[in-house]
Amino acid sequence: MGMTITEKILAAHADRDRVEPGEIVDCRIDLAMANDITAPLSLEEFEKVGAKAVFDPNKVVFVLDHFTPNKDILSAENCKRIREFSRKHAIVNFFEGGECGIEHALLPEKGLVVAGDLVIGADSHTCTYGALGAFSTGMGSTDVTYGMVTGRIWLKVPESIMFHCYGKWQKWVTGKELILHILGMIGVDGALYSAMEYSGEAIAALSMDSRFSIANMAIEAGGKNGIFPVDDRTIAYMKEHATRPYKAYTSDDDAKYSQVYEIDASKVGFSVACPSLPSNVRDAGELGNIDIDQVVIGSCTNGRLEDLAMAAAILTGKKVSKGLRCIVIPATPAIYGEAMRRGYFQVFLDAGCIISPPTCGPCLGGHMGILAKSERAVATTNRNFIGRMGHPESEVYLAGPAVAAATAVKGKIARPEEVI
Amino acid sequence: MIVKGRIWKFGDNIDTDIIIPAKYLAHTDPQALGQHCMEPLAPNFPKEVRAGDIIVSGTNFGCGSSREHAPLAITALGIPLVVAKTFARIFYRNAFNKGLALLEADIYDLVKDGDEIEVDISTGIIRCGESKVTAKPIPPFMVELINEGGLINYLKKKLEG
Ligand code: SF4
Repeated sequence: MGMTITEKILAAHADRDRVEPGEIVDCRIDLAMANDITAPLSLEEFEKVGAKAVFDPNKVVFVLDHFTPNKDILSAENCKRIREFSRKHAIVNFFEGGECGIEHALLPEKGLVVAGDLVIGADSHTCTYGALGAFSTGMGSTDVTYGMVTGRIWLKVPESIMFHCYGKWQKWVTGKELILHILGMIGVDGALYSAMEYSGEAIAALSMDSRFSIANMAIEAGGKNGIFPVDDRTIAYMKEHATRPYKAYTSDDDAKYSQVYEIDASKVGFSVACPSLPSNVRDAGELGNIDIDQVVIGSCTNGRLEDLAMAAAILTGKKVSKGLRCIVIPATPAIYGEAMRRGYFQVFLDAGCIISPPTCGPCLGGHMGILAKSERAVATTNRNFIGRMGHPESEVYLAGPAVAAATAVKGKIARPEEVI
Repeated sequence: MIVKGRIWKFGDNIDTDIIIPAKYLAHTDPQALGQHCMEPLAPNFPKEVRAGDIIVSGTNFGCGSSREHAPLAITALGIPLVVAKTFARIFYRNAFNKGLALLEADIYDLVKDGDEIEVDISTGIIRCGESKVTAKPIPPFMVELINEGGLINYLKKKLEG
């Protein structure tokens, strides 16, 4: 019996020839990451166990992205604590201030993850790096402490589910629309404990930015990881960003999948997840009478260059609807700089958008755009749970960048062709 | 270990933003977190819950973010156990790491808020009224970890050893 990409990466990191779904394996890790919310708890555990050092100061990463620039005294204290720890332990990859971006956009961009790696992070969207053909998964602070100290982690080998996509994409449809479409199909626990693997010509046609969006939201289906085959695009991306050698794994023809879904790309429309579950998916065309107070274009799901380019293309020469706030958040300083050079910022400013520094900010209801009671937002983020972006009676609709930008212009949920 | 407690029922897909909203995540003190546990759905929960009470839920309990603040908020209120049809995977690991017991069993429709149930965590036998339900066994690897006193104690011993 053959193995899937996920099984091969886990076997390699457990120094074994093969692993089977359901088995618990003890694996080497290539990277352990935590952020300004989860690292403080990790560091508490680090002290409790009396550890003297991290397993490798090059392979522990801290990104202060959630409540930064610090929103209050408590968050400032947390960051200070992580900063002091990083100095003491000579942590190489400590990101804050002007070097900081949203972790899951930043790590690939900095070349810290390559194909074949095994990465754990104290953040559920650590699964994003599967776009590069790496195994990466989120866990809690305590598990990450274990990884930081020992360079190892226990993992249950997941079953794999295959999503095979064929056909051609409609204009303006991206990876975000696909993953929302999938969530609508299988539900928020449709891939519980499983690896979500992607294949097919329609997947090969997707940009890396779109693949990151798809891998990012594996957790929204309960998935352990999302994973993509390595192709020319992946290799080009790694050449541009990374210097470490990579290892491209491919699934065997006789690898075992617990389920196989066939998806016709041409049938994926402008998926929008309505409150309050990412699986509550409808087409933007059915939601045209819903008034919107705030649009957020950003996050680890859709704050990358492709997303900003789409938003800029739609907003060129247009104005944000009166009474609506449109907040654009480039995910990293490099994306910020490139968006500026390409002239997107002028487009956003002319349209009346707010441009935020890279931060998680409103995505988790942290700061920089909190919703009042009964306000509604369209966001390119990944979660629309009750109260996620502010008041428990506010609502979040999840969409791709084109629908978000079109909505900003129209003031109601809109498809891109309605405003162009 | 046998626990006996009053039930609080919460439905399907109870996510970690409900268990502890993100705006409180700058806190690391469990007591401070506990005061906001379940706030978006049940603002009075922290005041009305008693130590020893048990949460009963439907599918996918604990989905969403990886925040360990979620099991910490629950244990801070003295809740020893959550019984749900299924759990989200990150929450599952976190709960055991933080000393919160979880059992997978479908008792949601058998009980109502305020009922008392008796649970033998080691055998997974749950007694609610006339009914007796056996939970899915905790994976042997997790049992081992619990017996070691949790992941952090296990690691401590390893480092000292
Ligand atoms: S952007 Fe949102 S989902 Fe992504 S890491 Fe930040 S808070 Fe989490």
